[in-house]
Amino acid sequence: MQLLQSLPMNLGLGWAVALIPLLPLATFVLLGLFGRHHFRNNAGVIGTFSLFISTLTALYIANGYFFEYGSVNGVYQKIMALQITWLEFSPGFSIDMGILLDPISVMMLVVVTFVSLMVHIYSLSYMKGEERFSTYYAFLSLFTFSMLGLVISSNIFQLYFFWELVGVSSFLLIGYYFDRPSAVAAAKKAFIVTRFADLGFLIGILILSFQAGTFDFNELIARLGTASNPAFQSATAASFMGVSALTWGLVLVFIGGAGKSAMFPLHIWLPDAMEGPTPVSALIHAATMVVAGVFLVARLFPVFSVSPAALAIVTYIGIISALFAAVIACTQTDIKRVLAYSTMSQIGFMMFALGVSGNAGESGLGFTASMFHLFTHAMFKALLFLGAGSVIHFIHSNEMQDMGGLRKLLPVTHICFLLACLAISGIPPFAGFFSKEEILLAAYTSNPAVYYIALVTSGLTAFYMFRLYFNIFWSKAVPAHAPLDHHHGEGGFPIVLPLVLLAAGSVAAGFIPFGKFVSVNGKALETELHLVFSVAPVLLALAGILLATWLYKKQNERPAAISASLGGLYKAAHRRFYIDEIYVFITKKILFNLVGKPAAWFDKNVVDGMVNGTAEATATVSEKIRGLQSGKVQQYAMFFLVAVIFLAVIFIYLWK
Amino acid sequence: MNLIYLILLPILTAAGILLVQKPAQVKVVALTGAALQLLLAILLLFAYRQERALGNLAQMLFELEYEWVPGWNINFHVGVDGISIAMILLTAFVVVAGVLVSWNVTKMTKEFYFLLILLSLGAYGFFISLDLFILFFFLEIAVLPKYLLIGIWGSGKKEYAANKLAVMLMGGSALVLVGILGLYFGGSGYTFDLLHLSSISIPRETQMICFPLLFIGFGVFTALFPFHTWVPDGHSAAPTAGSMFLAGISMKLGGYGCLRVATYVMPDAAKEYAPIVILLATIAILYGAFATMMQKDLKYINAYSSVSHCGFVLLGIGMLTQTAVTGAVLQMVSHGVMTALFFAVIGMIYERTHTRQVNEMGGLLKVMPFITTVLMIVGLCSLGLPGLSGFVAEMTVFVGSWQNPGTYHRVATIAACMSIVVTAVYILRAVGKTSMGPLPAAFANLTDAKWNEKAAAIILLAGIFAVGLAPGWLVELIRPATEVITDRLSGK
Repeated sequence: MQLLQSLPMNLGLGWAVALIPLLPLATFVLLGLFGRHHFRNNAGVIGTFSLFISTLTALYIANGYFFEYGSVNGVYQKIMALQITWLEFSPGFSIDMGILLDPISVMMLVVVTFVSLMVHIYSLSYMKGEERFSTYYAFLSLFTFSMLGLVISSNIFQLYFFWELVGVSSFLLIGYYFDRPSAVAAAKKAFIVTRFADLGFLIGILILSFQAGTFDFNELIARLGTASNPAFQSATAASFMGVSALTWGLVLVFIGGAGKSAMFPLHIWLPDAMEGPTPVSALIHAATMVVAGVFLVARLFPVFSVSPAALAIVTYIGIISALFAAVIACTQTDIKRVLAYSTMSQIGFMMFALGVSGNAGESGLGFTASMFHLFTHAMFKALLFLGAGSVIHFIHSNEMQDMGGLRKLLPVTHICFLLACLAISGIPPFAGFFSKEEILLAAYTSNPAVYYIALVTSGLTAFYMFRLYFNIFWSKAVPAHAPLDHHHGEGGFPIVLPLVLLAAGSVAAGFIPFGKFVSVNGKALETELHLVFSVAPVLLALAGILLATWLYKKQNERPAAISASLGGLYKAAHRRFYIDEIYVFITKKILFNLVGKPAAWFDKNVVDGMVNGTAEATATVSEKIRGLQSGKVQQYAMFFLVAVIFLAVIFIYLWK
Repeated sequence: MNLIYLILLPILTAAGILLVQKPAQVKVVALTGAALQLLLAILLLFAYRQERALGNLAQMLFELEYEWVPGWNINFHVGVDGISIAMILLTAFVVVAGVLVSWNVTKMTKEFYFLLILLSLGAYGFFISLDLFILFFFLEIAVLPKYLLIGIWGSGKKEYAANKLAVMLMGGSALVLVGILGLYFGGSGYTFDLLHLSSISIPRETQMICFPLLFIGFGVFTALFPFHTWVPDGHSAAPTAGSMFLAGISMKLGGYGCLRVATYVMPDAAKEYAPIVILLATIAILYGAFATMMQKDLKYINAYSSVSHCGFVLLGIGMLTQTAVTGAVLQMVSHGVMTALFFAVIGMIYERTHTRQVNEMGGLLKVMPFITTVLMIVGLCSLGLPGLSGFVAEMTVFVGSWQNPGTYHRVATIAACMSIVVTAVYILRAVGKTSMGPLPAAFANLTDAKWNEKAAAIILLAGIFAVGLAPGWLVELIRPATEVITDRLSGK
């Protein structure tokens, strides 16, 4: 438990870290209040510059943490860099605003600032000329602030605080094109579905914090993650429907995470969220916000690891989501939706990697692998989205059928996109290969069934990614009628630079000895790749790529024939297995028609009817008693007096 | 600080309004008076904090006591603790904003402002009273002007709404009066003095009769299910400032009374009846939320959502833990400011579009960015977004409720938590339909907020953010006062 010792408060460090989220917050306030009138055109530059400083600070902190002060005797410490009491419920039981530095939070600081900076730069060109340009950057800053606050949270309620803020920023950005009804609907859907999941999170927090008597992560983990602690014993002894309070709390918290991370069956908001501007999808719905659920489970991992039931749920939800989304991704034709399902599938990988992980030494490989994949995925998935953004900007459509043969027109995008596809497919030596191999290895050693499903899924991944790639860049000649934006081209420096930087990350990130820095207990985890083990996944990925080449490199009849032969299965996958329809049925038919409408009707006719009935009866009676006196006020004053006397009589009668 | 100023200032303002002639002068006098009220409330806050910092541990500060009707043992006894200060601040914020948004009232301006100020007099008096008789006296002062405000300046079914509101609130007052008399005769010592009554143990049978009378009586004001039906009709018919005062201040008179008079004075009965209070509160929370989902008129949406939100006040009181009771007071403050702003914004939209039906609106963000942004913020506050006051209040109620370990309480808490989803549904629907989507051609030339509307919105937003971003000061203010109440409940 050395891990849990927090170093003495280091105020200088604390405020340096605090600067990272506070700069985007300042940008948000500045642009939110004055952007429309004063920073119409240079909002982008302001936002980008302030985030650039944040990114540098984050890199500086990461350098210091990983290479200077973070490790004591070979163990990375959890440093409580700042802690301010925000809302005290009773002495010792409070929501604090703090900064907890440990390997995963420091890594997330780097990922979030870096990807966000790329998106800020990219948007300088992509969103240029938008009427609400400054608002866009204000929202982007709000999101970045919230996400950074989330990852450095030292307190589970603080995390919930930023969790909700992240949700609302996502709502605002998806609904950025607010006059488009589909965007408004998508924004609402994203917020409400994740809110529903947050209900679980909230109740989970109530349970866990009540059992532990604290909201503080370090304390919570120390009390609930140690078998000898009385809090642990009472949390496992108390049970409801045969399940211990601890497991209930963890599963409910996981529901919150599953909602944010678009895990089955709470994923329905993610594909629709693609209504937002594409750079937003890259930042929020691919690289950062959607991995918050994974981060949450990782943050509470020592507690999860003492509840096998909760971990099993994490594992199965993760693997089901991975496979389910991969199948759907093979049938979608909107390129952003393909990427959205791919994101869901990859997050499924991270999730089940946590589920199969143990909490010590070698058995903690899953934890390291999950974080590693989170890191590499952020690079190549952000790249895929930004690349898709270039394509969409160029061709003014999201649909594959409008694309084809773009490799010559968009050479930089083409190469970067290809690299990202190779990385996500797990082809060595690109980044995704290393992280995915670790995940597969962790699954193999702990749960073979999960391993085989994951293997199939990773083959499917290669297939659908190259289906996407060929459909965009090869397939057919550029359609003659396509409304190409030749004037725009690849969009110049602000578009090309992030693509190239992210491509460099997608190629090189795999070589980081990740286990050295991030492991379940803070000690370096030596991971080695077994060549023999890698044969099967790589061959499967290559098979997927070959199949995609055969089917999609040149336009032909084969894909149509195959989908026809698959019949119902293809149709079901194409219609996303009708999950949306099920939700619509539940909400519209059941909640609105069977709960909402009756409640409103009941209120108007029964409750209010009784009130009106009483009033009328009283009026009739008082009229009879009082003859023909007119004037409503007197009538009611009279009513008042009568009532008082009546009640007083009852009262005195009861009294005696 | 002398609490008499709180009474004197509204009286002087009201007299000033009667003395001047032109509507413009009336407005200036009213606004000056309201601004001074706010200043006084803030000064009171600082004076109170200073006194506490100096180590004054008395339960009530700045106490004054004058004999009024010696034969009946009625005294003009006033004093404040943290809860009263919070409610006084709330009142002052809402009054200034209410005066500002009413700037365009042309019909009988003088009388309108006179009634508004009279209402504030009732509220201040109520919150500082330590004698149940004068508490009741001020309660009535706060009720009567509403009947006229709705009946004269209202819209729609205003006579019906005004009558209904008057009947129900007066019915509630009647119960309160009977309850108070019961305490006077059935307690011991023939006294109306709150501090005295709360320092002795009242005979159990008196408690069992008086508690329901007082709790239901005050509960009517704060939309206790099933006595909430005046809320939707009353609010929708009232003029904007009327709705703001009604939801922002009047409903809080009830919550304050339920806590300070019913629960504090009669702890045995409070514990005995707590399951019923929790049941009714939970019903109000969920039922109000679901009923809101089906409303199409913005004022009805906010009125039903008030039923739901005030349920949290009663839930917090019913849970009887210190954190939950603190949460109840926080929710009163939060809901007061938030709902006043919500009604103010609805009024601003209605003045421009001449409709309150959400289905007839759309895309207003394009033509009135300020108003719709405020609507968005207040909506987010209502659905409990962190950083805004609603989050602080609701989370305190939830955490406090969870500390009550009974299964019944747990089920009620989980049920209440569910409202966060339903609230999100109706708020996003209301905000989405009004502000987003395509803009109807008829609304293309509408204008954004004017100075007085902006000022009103900014003042209330300041309140929402002051509680939402840094709740520490308010919780510090309230907690010692709720501790006194819960200590009595636990027999300490």
